Amino acid sequence: MMRPIRWLLPHPFLTLLLTVVWILLQNEFSAGMAVFGLILGIVIPVLTARWWTDRPHRIRPMRMIAYVALVLWDIIIANIQVAWIILTKSNASMSPAWVVVPLDLKEPEAISILAGTITLTPGTVSADLSANGRYLLVHALDATDPDAVRDDIKDRYERRLKEIFV
Amino acid sequence: MSLDIIATYAVAVLLIIGSFFVVVAGIGLLKLNDPMTRLHAPTKAATLGIGAYLLAAMVSSFLSGSGSLHELLIMAFIFVTAPVSANFMAKANIHRRDCLPNPPELPDGDTWATLNVPEEDREIEEAPPNA
Repeated sequence: MMRPIRWLLPHPFLTLLLTVVWILLQNEFSAGMAVFGLILGIVIPVLTARWWTDRPHRIRPMRMIAYVALVLWDIIIANIQVAWIILTKSNASMSPAWVVVPLDLKEPEAISILAGTITLTPGTVSADLSANGRYLLVHALDATDPDAVRDDIKDRYERRLKEIFV
Repeated sequence: MSLDIIATYAVAVLLIIGSFFVVVAGIGLLKLNDPMTRLHAPTKAATLGIGAYLLAAMVSSFLSGSGSLHELLIMAFIFVTAPVSANFMAKANIHRRDCLPNPPELPDGDTWATLNVPEEDREIEEAPPNA
């Protein structure tokens, strides 16, 4: 019983995402469009499944939503902070720094979400990943204490991502 | 006060917020003096600025009776692509040895992926920039 469902829906989240994106692209809601979106959402994952290197990991959706809300809030705060730094600090008094973040996450999806989060939030841009994927290179705009930035990233984002990707 | 008036003011306020952040991004791009710090201004300030513009567009479309949710998609795509373009610019800076100071060394023989150049491309990688 499980096998046909897994064959038809190799990636239920992708199916849902494609359907929602299709309906939003139409910009008006009608039953026909929803059905067509659902067809696309089922056909595209089935056709592309053979090129995935491995099956997507199981995630906890509720925690993912909480994480997205936290990140959106942080983005707003980050923008105000960066605007304040740009407008009030002189170039000489800024202390840009490299921060090396050792990673506990293993899944490529989780690492890319972490890197994206770092770029969108307070004064940090993720610049590079180490060759074997164990360290993340982060550039901080104004960090007097790079270690505090590293601990903040690990505690605020990486810990939550570890709970999402179980 | 009717809902129309409140919505109109909301659109105006959102446009002002958006413009403020986009102007700050522009100022940052001109003011900051090193390629890596310059990266910070547009990737962040511009995301919230454009986000506020799109919210204004969405409120205004519902105000005129023809609701539109396209803006949600635009916002989602910007949030997904902004870190990727920032990462590419950072990688270009690392290749050009343009960041002061250069990225720190890693423990136990690990290297940064950007600097992990295959043997046959060593010459190009080590040539001075702008040569």
